[in-house]
Amino acid sequence: MVWEHRDKAAIVGVGATPYYPRGQSWPRTTNEMIGDAILAACDDAGIKVQQIDGFAYYASAMAGYVDKMDTASLMEMLGIPEVTFTATLTSGGGGSAGSMGLAAAALIAGDATYVVTVMALQQAKQRLGTVFGALAPDPENSFLQPSGLVGPGHLMSVLARRHMHLYGTRREAFAEIVMSSRQNTLNRPGAMRRTPLTLDEYFAAPMLADPLCRLDFCLETDGAVAVITTTSDRALDLKQKPVYIHGAVHGGRAQWGRAFAWMGMPDEYFASAGNKSIADRLWAKTGLSAADMDVALLYDHFSPLVLMQLEDYGFCARGEGGAFVESGAIRFDGGSIPVNPHGGQLSEAYIIGMTHIREAVEQLRGVAINQVPDAELALVTGGPASLPVSGLVLRK
Amino acid sequence: MSVTLSIAVPGDHIAISTNPATEPFWQAARERRLTACQCGSCGAFRMPPTPFCPKCQSKQLQWPTLPGTATIYSYVVCTRSPYPDVADFVYVPIVVDLDGAPGTRLVSNLVGVDPATVAIGQRVQVEWNPIQDGWLLPVFRLAD
Repeated sequence: MVWEHRDKAAIVGVGATPYYPRGQSWPRTTNEMIGDAILAACDDAGIKVQQIDGFAYYASAMAGYVDKMDTASLMEMLGIPEVTFTATLTSGGGGSAGSMGLAAAALIAGDATYVVTVMALQQAKQRLGTVFGALAPDPENSFLQPSGLVGPGHLMSVLARRHMHLYGTRREAFAEIVMSSRQNTLNRPGAMRRTPLTLDEYFAAPMLADPLCRLDFCLETDGAVAVITTTSDRALDLKQKPVYIHGAVHGGRAQWGRAFAWMGMPDEYFASAGNKSIADRLWAKTGLSAADMDVALLYDHFSPLVLMQLEDYGFCARGEGGAFVESGAIRFDGGSIPVNPHGGQLSEAYIIGMTHIREAVEQLRGVAINQVPDAELALVTGGPASLPVSGLVLRK
Repeated sequence: MSVTLSIAVPGDHIAISTNPATEPFWQAARERRLTACQCGSCGAFRMPPTPFCPKCQSKQLQWPTLPGTATIYSYVVCTRSPYPDVADFVYVPIVVDLDGAPGTRLVSNLVGVDPATVAIGQRVQVEWNPIQDGWLLPVFRLAD
């Protein structure tokens, strides 16, 4: 049965700082970038920052795993007089898309009227690429870290290898995901990588964790993105056309669990993005399927996980993700399901999933740089990682 | 052209920490015994060790000595040093299915191998890499 609260909450404002190469946003602090993003989002929506009374974070309200976001500090900094809701989804970037569900829950319950979701990254001190290796040993990661798998990309390459083994997936498929993403940033001045990429160049890139090369890893960038949500009735009075939260789910199954921080997943989960149960619930909640989506904003921290999400969400069958992307299916120009027309985290910028929500909003407002004609429904996913993982359908 | 064989991650750069749930695994390792956490009530295995059996919620534990053999479930080839003060070297992180502890895996390294010849399904045998504070870390070599 479809969700009774479909379309009762909406995204009404989006704001962002410029995107910077890792560390180069300094001397701008994390909180300064958060403030700029929130104020820009309020301006976009046509509300005053004082009207914000809710915060719906994800990633345990960590600002990129190396810093924190604290509601009281942000209230103090921005002059927000009172909050009536402040909460976060747990764990990391897996909840990015699901944060819109947390915001919707607050709004539909009447616990807040204007909710902000924000993420910021400032990597002057510690880069995310080696974040696990930099952690002090704890009893849990002592079963992982000594192997020299020091970053998320190292860990996910183990999943990619298994997918190649089970299904014959080729590096050409990973290359196509990266090349397709790159094709979409050629006309985006704010993107970090925007020169065309050939297959030869892909294969010439250094291997960081064979089977993955440097180009399979997402960018390491700084910046902040904020999104304002409100109830759909309030949204009608604001500056922008509302983008409705049609369905949002987060969570996941124990067989995926801590995922590549655990490596104990049964075979049918191991070579996946852990999103199958999320997809099933999202499609049940919305009464829709992959075939109904006009555009897909898939969390692309590492290229093979895009392929596995395409399988989890049913854009193609399990094991056929390689052939599917190699057919050109995810291209903005001519593909059956344009994936990440903003260039995603592989080519534009990586703000832990928020750029995908931003792009979905621009697509559904009809103002995207690489606009999918008449886009009405967008899928947004959170990062395949330790639970929760998440998915979101937005509607024009 | 000579082949560079994989080596263990330098033990002087590896530290672990333990808690009451995980310490028996590491104490066994110190005696060069590979073990896994087994429920003392229903017999199900789990790794890493945790205080409850996820199948029956029992806190009863036992730590059988495993044969020390395993099968490669997946692997990666790394050619860059994870440590700024160590020159690049070749290492092969592996995920293995442990013999004698059905359903459990260990994340480890395969040493002494030409990386180009590693394959999923290969049989491996445990050996021990000294790391910080006198602990021994299980690593694997291709089985005879």
